[in-house]
Amino acid sequence: MTTAAVKPASMAQALQRAMRDAMAEDPAVHVLGEDVGALGGVFRVTDGLVKEFGEDRCTDTPLAEAGILGTAVGMAMYGLRPVVEMQFDAFAYPAFEQLISHVSRMRNRTRGGMPLPITVRVPYGGGIGGVEHHSDSSEAYYMATPGLHVVTPATVDDAYGMLRAAIASDDPVVFLEPKRLYWSKAQWSPDAPAAVEPIGRAVVRRPGRSATLITYGPSVPVCMEAAEAAAAEGWDLEVVDLRSLVPFDDETVCASVRRTGRAVVVHESTGFGGPGGEIAARVTERCFHHLEAPVLRVAGFDIPYPPPMLERHHLPGVDRVLDAVARLQWEAGS
Amino acid sequence: MTVQELPGAAAAYRPTPPPAWKPRTDPTPLLPDPEPYRVLGTDAAAGADPELLLRLYAQLVRGRRYNAQATALTKQGRLAVYPSSTGQEACEVAAALALEERDWLFPSYRDTLAAVARGLDPVQALTLLRGDWHTGYDPREHRIAPLCTPLATQLPHAVGLAHAARLKGDDVVALAMVGDGGTSEGDFHEALNFAAVWRAPVVFLVQNNGFAISVPLAKQTAAPSLAHKAVGYGMPGRLVDGNDAAAVHEVVGDAVAKARRGGGPTLIEAVTYRIDAHTNADDATRYRAEGEVETWRAHDPIRLLERELTERGLLDEHGIRAAADAAETMAADLRERMNADPVLDPMDLFEHVYAEQTTQLREQAAQLRAELDAEEEAR
Ligand SMILES: Cc1ncc(C[n+]2csc(CCOP(=O)(O)OP(=O)(O)O)c2C)c(N)n1
Repeated sequence: MTTAAVKPASMAQALQRAMRDAMAEDPAVHVLGEDVGALGGVFRVTDGLVKEFGEDRCTDTPLAEAGILGTAVGMAMYGLRPVVEMQFDAFAYPAFEQLISHVSRMRNRTRGGMPLPITVRVPYGGGIGGVEHHSDSSEAYYMATPGLHVVTPATVDDAYGMLRAAIASDDPVVFLEPKRLYWSKAQWSPDAPAAVEPIGRAVVRRPGRSATLITYGPSVPVCMEAAEAAAAEGWDLEVVDLRSLVPFDDETVCASVRRTGRAVVVHESTGFGGPGGEIAARVTERCFHHLEAPVLRVAGFDIPYPPPMLERHHLPGVDRVLDAVARLQWEAGS
Repeated sequence: MTVQELPGAAAAYRPTPPPAWKPRTDPTPLLPDPEPYRVLGTDAAAGADPELLLRLYAQLVRGRRYNAQATALTKQGRLAVYPSSTGQEACEVAAALALEERDWLFPSYRDTLAAVARGLDPVQALTLLRGDWHTGYDPREHRIAPLCTPLATQLPHAVGLAHAARLKGDDVVALAMVGDGGTSEGDFHEALNFAAVWRAPVVFLVQNNGFAISVPLAKQTAAPSLAHKAVGYGMPGRLVDGNDAAAVHEVVGDAVAKARRGGGPTLIEAVTYRIDAHTNADDATRYRAEGEVETWRAHDPIRLLERELTERGLLDEHGIRAAADAAETMAADLRERMNADPVLDPMDLFEHVYAEQTTQLREQAAQLRAELDAEEEAR
């Protein structure tokens, strides 16, 4: 056996590879969406699939998101495993009716008689200079819907492993792809693919003792950088990458917070009504006696996603994370 | 040659003719006939299969009785709500009977009768409306999708299923039912468009019963007819008298056969009328005149078929009584079984949210278990 060459690959390539491998292994896996065929998707994530598997397996659909997801429901009812691409976060909204009223509840309403193994891939988040409707972080909407899994990779390895797991899952999965990480490279061997494990576990990306940064998706690299910067000031920060927002890994998160006694939740989406509120509440409920300070949130402002020339002011960056960390020097009564 | 290069002012500028254009398909064969298609009371009736007509008749009578019984059950508090299809039984029954066993039905909330005509247990068909669970049957077992409450959302499902079946090489057809109001929803458009582009083996049956709750068709659409909408998608539109069971069976049957042969989808508008109110919660006197209802009562689907059958000597007093008795037996059984209090297990709430229960749901299930145990102890 020869050792596979380890070559740098991007997250977009890893996602493509995951679909390709899933399609090769299981003829029930079908990819459909706008421009997923000859173009390979506007981010080229489905590049080459139509060539390899034909138009019946990788289908350019009419331009209609409810139609794409709605027909995927019927395909899943007949035993297929559709992998649906929504072109951009804000263009998934026309499909919400199908997602919330049918995709998320079919298993429940049929008492397990009709599970829908659908993967809905949604490129999400900002930082790519996109015009309006190309940078939304819509995870809170999905999280609020029982019956959906909501996951988001932050590394090239996870992009492969988690998408394979999502496609293999018998439940519908909203697979959020941090689009500004699409081109991030990593040492990754396409011939020795990353581990495929069931959805639902968070990982500690960087161990530390003085506070926990709880984050996911596009904010993971920000937190890693902040942790390096904070080390210079004597803070030893632990970074937890949630990977899965639903189900939520209370165990890993709380074990970390109990060790460090302090926590900051970091994400791009709005703070008010955003995922951070839920996470902070869970941590407070479970770790109150271990906390040395309130759980803080660093999030996007509570505004519609700004125009590209202003987005750097909106996106939580390293400095804002470090400011929050400084505020963890909290004293009762202060 | 550009405009600037034109030699002198005298030579008039002649634009080159635009690229040739012609319609992609001839729209004429897609257009519906101006009159709804009829069989009963016309010459076409002579060709109808007597056995089929008798089967339709028995099911219509049963369906009418089912509607009456279910409506009575709402008054007794046994059903939360019931959208009756009285007056529309011909659409429900004839459409369902036009399917083969391997085909799929995608009903709306009003189409319990279609499901029952396909062989679904009458009690299971009412589970959603009784309130003990959202779907009372396994869709795969009966090839009936769950009765769909949001309007028109079942239509793209039908397209996807039919498309998937064809990809797998199965000659399965999906029949999707929707009301006139539902045709205004975006999902109606998206489903028809996908079906036509994919040439999916789907039949769309619109039951135009005149109203969407209180809103008449004139306020719903400006189209010449709902069947005319088909042309814009590139599929044929058919108009049929929805109270004529033989006509509905033939038109739906033709469309099903065509779809099965790979001929693509059809949009059928069945012109009918909702005799009862939208549901028991509705007051129909606020938006329609009694005279209109009477006109339609005179065009009753059961009477139409009964007349045809008796005139042809296929049905007599005895046969009419036999059909009524069979319907009465069904109603008595339905009444009795619906009067039994369903036994529900609250722990079921957590059973079918995900394939595997999440930690969060396990914790919540434990909480409910404790509450139930405490209740039990207090008793
Ligand atoms: C998306 C959606 N909007 C509103 C409703 C509430 N609603 C239930 S039935 C109905 C009228 C539907 O009329 P029509 O499609 O003509 O069917 P019919 O009830 O006459 O069979 C409305 C507005 C709904 N069920 N779904």
